[in-house]
Amino acid sequence: MRAVEPWVEGPLATFLDESAARLTLLMTSAGQVLAQHGFTRAFDVMSAAALGAGIMASTDELARLMDAPPFRAMAHQGVQHGLFLSGFDTPQGRWIGLVVFGPESSLGLVQLFFERLVVDLAMKAPTEAPSNRVLGSDFEDELNASLRTLFGQ
Amino acid sequence: MQEFATALDSITRVHGVRGAMLVSLSDGLVVAESSMDGVDGVPVAALTASLAGRLRRTTEAAGRRPPTFIHLRATTGTVLAVPSHDDLLVVAIGAPDINVGLARLEMLHVAERGI
Repeated sequence: MRAVEPWVEGPLATFLDESAARLTLLMTSAGQVLAQHGFTRAFDVMSAAALGAGIMASTDELARLMDAPPFRAMAHQGVQHGLFLSGFDTPQGRWIGLVVFGPESSLGLVQLFFERLVVDLAMKAPTEAPSNRVLGSDFEDELNASLRTLFGQ
Repeated sequence: MQEFATALDSITRVHGVRGAMLVSLSDGLVVAESSMDGVDGVPVAALTASLAGRLRRTTEAAGRRPPTFIHLRATTGTVLAVPSHDDLLVVAIGAPDINVGLARLEMLHVAERGI
């Protein structure tokens, strides 16, 4: 498990222990990766983050068309794996969690402990607003630094 | 849903039972619940289904048949669970002095009858 922000590590480690999730990705609603567990290649994690953020953006738009509040979570159940995707608000802005779990866990467990993760993150998050430097001229440096942190390279 | 409620009411009428529910065994999600006063059914469903699944895998690994009745007794309460044939788990939550025998009979009846 690796996280760009150190305060994320404790709550995420607890979630991983309790839920037995195989893959977990925390990202901003723009797809910027904040923490990951289980991914071994940077390409995979960036692809998953982009796809997860895209799915959430699509469902947000669907909800808007229906004059409904944004959907909180979405689940896909496969034969071997399940996927849970949920958006949530933190003091640092809106984040998205993407969780892949196998038969050793269940959707109920993942949902249960994900809700606790959201509460834990809200408690541990620094109160100051996040900086917008990732959109500045040093975007590539920031991206490479994040990838190095997330994969220890 | 009325069928679910009727089936679960037969369990919640037993002395000491505070609530009963049907849980999807594979997902750990609540399918139906009855009289869950003061009890949040969502974590109970997820954790009980996880426990039942692990017990099933444990008995299978030991070359035994899967459990037909699970009784988890704590100092402040009791959780009972009966796996059904159709991937459902009948769960009852109650006081430590729950009438386990009668609750077990009602739960087995619901599980065998199918919903």
